[in-house]
Amino acid sequence: MAVTVKIPTPLRKLTNGETSVDTDGSTIGAIVDALELVYPGMKERLVDDSGELRHFVNIYLNGEDVRYLDGLASAVADRDELSIVPAVAGGLK
Amino acid sequence: MPNVQSLRCKECGRDYPEEPIYVCDFCFGPLEVNYDYDEIAKTLSRESIQDGPLTIWRYDQLLPASRDNAVNIGAGMTPLLKADNLGRELGLNNLWIKNDAANPTHSFKDRVVSVASTKAIEFDFDTIACASTGNLAGATAAHGAKAGMNTMVFIPADLESGKVLGAAIFGSVVLVNGNYDDVNRLCSELGDDRRWAFVNINMRPYYSEGSKSLGYELAEQLGWHAPQHVIVPVASGSLFTKVYKGLNEFASLGIIDSADTKMHIAQPFGCSPVAKAFVEKQAHPKPVVPDTIAKSLAIGSPADGYYSVSIANKTGGTGTIVPESEIAEGMKLLAETEGIFTETAGGVVISTLRRLVREGVIGPDQETVALITGTGLKTLEAIADSVETVTIDPTVRSFDDVVTGAAVG
Repeated sequence: MAVTVKIPTPLRKLTNGETSVDTDGSTIGAIVDALELVYPGMKERLVDDSGELRHFVNIYLNGEDVRYLDGLASAVADRDELSIVPAVAGGLK
Repeated sequence: MPNVQSLRCKECGRDYPEEPIYVCDFCFGPLEVNYDYDEIAKTLSRESIQDGPLTIWRYDQLLPASRDNAVNIGAGMTPLLKADNLGRELGLNNLWIKNDAANPTHSFKDRVVSVASTKAIEFDFDTIACASTGNLAGATAAHGAKAGMNTMVFIPADLESGKVLGAAIFGSVVLVNGNYDDVNRLCSELGDDRRWAFVNINMRPYYSEGSKSLGYELAEQLGWHAPQHVIVPVASGSLFTKVYKGLNEFASLGIIDSADTKMHIAQPFGCSPVAKAFVEKQAHPKPVVPDTIAKSLAIGSPADGYYSVSIANKTGGTGTIVPESEIAEGMKLLAETEGIFTETAGGVVISTLRRLVREGVIGPDQETVALITGTGLKTLEAIADSVETVTIDPTVRSFDDVVTGAAVG
């Protein structure tokens, strides 16, 4: 499944400044692994030691937070759009 | 006397220097102040605390700023009142109300802003700022005035006049044509290229530590022990996590014997992502679009929601969703029994308390504290329909007809 992944500013050091990259994978987890192959270091920024999506990393699949789909197991279809968005950890108010 | 070692990522544990930063570069987790507890333990005692000022700064060994140059308008050491009347009404024999509406700008936000503004001066900021819908605006504006700092308080232009004027009296409010989300976005953009201390953004690790003082005070005012239950109104969840942290720091430092407090989340139906996550056994609160009369709790995407759910679970606490119709009821019940006029968030707390007693979660003799974090005078609109008054002519006859007659008839 060819998908486009939008990369947030703090992770662009790993993608040589690219703001979005094309990759393949049938699930979010597979896409994270695919990103790691091309951009080493990416996976540990997104996934913790126990293999779970980090608490303050949000991944949106066509605008839906994958945490409320099937997480890293969420199925991805051809030409889906993925965005990696750091949570506003500090929050506001 | 600050005993800060570093800022530490709450998620991955990476350490950062003590600077105005708030997010871990590596995993985007929130940064939290990391203390040298061994050093603190050498000098901290009940006596050393009691010798301190009657403000949050009596706990300054456990705060990230020095009391020597604290921006102090008297935050903290608010009354902890035995609530026998309300207790009788609910069937509780050991109920206490912590009345944080008694702070200088009438909410618990004075605790956090006193710390944040003091730290902002230590960092050589000359401007202190925030985006707010009410309580934080007043607290920031007041502390900014006391500190003699440039102050930039951003609020939506259509806020209630009490909140606008209550902050604007201190001289530094900017009304933004837009809703609260628009204000937040503007503040993030402004913060990018201005060296300002945004109390709840880049100062947040320091700011949020101020809320620990509520936990310390509960323990001290109860006679140096932790209560069995605390009911906390939850917006971002920061207060909830810091009350827990405060009680646990006291226990691990030997100031109190133990901290086995059950921590209870109170949220209104119109904005209850954290309580809902607890009830549905989800670790992560799902963001919502708030629609509640309890505006001080209207955070749809709570920054510390995940940690709050975790603490409620860990301590044997609960999460309660209060119907909107019970908010004013809770406010009235507290007012009529204890003489305390709380804001809507307090109404949510009292109604949560009532539900927990009915459900048997809180037993009749268990020591319980309900946190009242702000005053009803800022949210008068909420009770306009549930409070009755009578009007008479200035004559005894009119009094007899309308008041006595009404009472007899």
